[in-house]
Amino acid sequence: MSNPMLEVRNLRTEFGSEAGRVTVINDVSFSLERGKILGLVGESGSGKSVTGFSIMGLIDPPGEVTGGEILFNGQDLRQLPEHQMRSLRGNRIAMIFQDPAMTLNPVLRIDTQMIETILAHETVSKSVARDRARDALGMVGIPSPEERLHAYPHQFSGGMRQRVAIAIALLHSPDLLIADEPTTALDVTIQAQILAVVQRLARERGTGLIWITHDLSVVAGLADHVAVMYAGRIVEYGDVGTVINRPRHPYTNGLIGSLPSNNQRGTRLRQIAGSTPAIAQLPQGCAFHPRCTQASDACLIMPPQTEYDGRRLRCFHPVTNGKAT
Amino acid sequence: MTPRVEIRHVTKRFNRKSGLVERLAERAGLKTPNPVVHALDDVSLSVNNGEVVGIVGESGCGKSTLGRVVAGIIEPSEGDVLYHGKTWQDMSPQQAGHARLAVQMIFQDPSSSLNPRHRVDEIVGAAALRHDKTTRPDLQAYVAEQMRRAGLDPVMSRRFPHQFSGGQRQRIGIARALAVQPDMLICDESVASLDVSIQAQILNLFLDLRRELNLTYMFISHDLAVVEHISDRVAVMYLGRIVEEAAVADLFAHPAHPYTRALLQEIPRLDTTRRQYSAISGEIPSPLAPPSGCHFHPRCPFAMPRCAIERPKLREIGSAHRAACHLND
Ligand SMILES: Nc1ncnc2c1ncn2[C@@H]1O[C@H](COP(=O)(O)OP(=O)(O)OP(=O)(O)O)[C@@H](O)[C@H]1O
Ligand SMILES: Nc1ncnc2c1ncn2[C@@H]1O[C@H](COP(=O)(O)OP(=O)(O)OP(=O)(O)O)[C@@H](O)[C@H]1O
Ligand code: SF4
Ligand code: SF4
Ligand SMILES: [Mg+2]
Ligand SMILES: [Mg+2]
Repeated sequence: MSNPMLEVRNLRTEFGSEAGRVTVINDVSFSLERGKILGLVGESGSGKSVTGFSIMGLIDPPGEVTGGEILFNGQDLRQLPEHQMRSLRGNRIAMIFQDPAMTLNPVLRIDTQMIETILAHETVSKSVARDRARDALGMVGIPSPEERLHAYPHQFSGGMRQRVAIAIALLHSPDLLIADEPTTALDVTIQAQILAVVQRLARERGTGLIWITHDLSVVAGLADHVAVMYAGRIVEYGDVGTVINRPRHPYTNGLIGSLPSNNQRGTRLRQIAGSTPAIAQLPQGCAFHPRCTQASDACLIMPPQTEYDGRRLRCFHPVTNGKAT
Repeated sequence: MTPRVEIRHVTKRFNRKSGLVERLAERAGLKTPNPVVHALDDVSLSVNNGEVVGIVGESGCGKSTLGRVVAGIIEPSEGDVLYHGKTWQDMSPQQAGHARLAVQMIFQDPSSSLNPRHRVDEIVGAAALRHDKTTRPDLQAYVAEQMRRAGLDPVMSRRFPHQFSGGQRQRIGIARALAVQPDMLICDESVASLDVSIQAQILNLFLDLRRELNLTYMFISHDLAVVEHISDRVAVMYLGRIVEEAAVADLFAHPAHPYTRALLQEIPRLDTTRRQYSAISGEIPSPLAPPSGCHFHPRCPFAMPRCAIERPKLREIGSAHRAACHLND
């Protein structure tokens, strides 16, 4: 990796909680080159969205990024004054939020919101902006975009709101796009349309993408690299084929085993034993140990990150028998 | 046997001027065009006691609208919904109150359905308390129980919705629905933003509740693998209409409608060859101006001249298998 566009080193983010301060993101490192796609997967609540917010500089007090570096084209975003960060945001760095409600203002028409977004970073005429907005809606598969420009968010279906949020993030062709579960409510055909658009963006404009999703089949087909998170840490990280075809971390392995397509219809699905630990009360050592089939006493201390079988891994006893299924 | 819910010829049209926001905008002098959306167009479907009926179809085809009509949140423009054989009009106000509570919808957009200024224990407990499903002294334990069932740690019960992750918020919606002890759940993309291991946990919870309490489900999802796993019967929608309906095994083994076949072909798989995704060819049909005749004809590889003129009827093509396509004539 010669000159990554984004390099995150030892990122640490903390929040206040019922148990005092808790570290939600712990020692997270990864990098992304121009035109590449990193899939970020992991347990619900493991810190995927907070990782995205941290890069965007959108952690609100009492939350705080307390450690590490976020190098964007060599420049540490943590050191940038807020006004410079603001002009990067939405322009060179954009995020599609998991929740379209975070992007869309419920009382403004779609055209108003999209035109404002364009005019915030560019000086073009209103009618040019309007045409761009319409084309962007068409690009994400909204039918009758001209008529739909007049609509309010609540007049769209859930999946259409999600697509409008995607269209807004793409308005400025950012260098770095963080997409947080952007296609969860979309059927496969519309999803393919969106994925085609972002693939083209990566290929033609060199946009680097962080694609946060729980959908392993999307990651498998789309991403170059994948990072798997559990309880605030990256536990497995490497080339997508290496990690998905030969998972070595017991959590990754369990994840792949719980896919409905790897289970018999109507039966209880295989699930990883136990439940997600509250982040304020993480088990000592490897946070996965109470649920792990491979655990031993060694796991009561935190496993270091090591190079193992062509990937970065945090585990004392890697799965060796390949795929769970 | 009377079905739990019977949807009879339900049509739902939305027009722009129908909502408060639009009326205000109108009064403020903003010009708004007034296209009509046919979100549901003559939909009939029954859901039997204890059954899981999956609803699938493209984004914007009317799945959530159907769910909201059945949950009694919005009224159909035409047609009726019968609950154990009765419409809302047939019931006394008290009966209607019970009937409404018994059908709970878990919403697709968790955050817009959760009051941001209420703490989770209030969100989960309020309706249960109001309807005497628990008592004030027992409330805390009751809420904790619902949270635990939905896979949430009760230590987080004093938090506000924004302090949760996306998937945790989705589970708050599940806990809230379970708290009023419904006998029917309408799950709208309820496992969409959960990682597969928690998804498995929630689907198992739904399967368990069904076995223990004989719960009935309408299960809306775009994820065919999930729908295939949990449903007894599946209805496929396209632009406001049901185009096919069958028992799950039958539908997945012998899809009869060209749209269903197209859908099944696209089920994503875990193969890691870097896929080249392709854009949808041609115009995406709009519910503002749906194609004539069979709505699917512009995309259908088997379309014949009559498909553009005549609406195919949804009719029996095998035992308990219905489809709406002229090919079956
Ligand atoms: N504002 C906040 N205050 C306190 N805790 C928070 C806040 N926001 C997030 N958290 C906690 O931080 C952890 C990580 O949250 P995050 O949203 O990053 O999870 P995620 O991996 O995106 O999960 P999901 O897949 O469910 O969206 C969670 O345990 C969550 O409860
Ligand atoms: N309140 C409303 N006002 C106007 N149009 C609406 C309203 N609610 C829904 N619609 C329209 O009705 C159609 C069906 O919407 P619905 O939400 O039922 O779709 P859906 O199948 O649930 O889609 P998704 O999978 O994207 O959630 C869409 O075209 C939508 O824009
Ligand atoms: S370190 Fe130990 S407990 Fe953690 S995943 Fe590996 S084997 Fe399991
Ligand atoms: S009715 Fe005609 S257009 Fe419609 S699905 Fe059948 S063959 Fe295709
Ligand atoms: Mg998230
Ligand atoms: Mg919907």
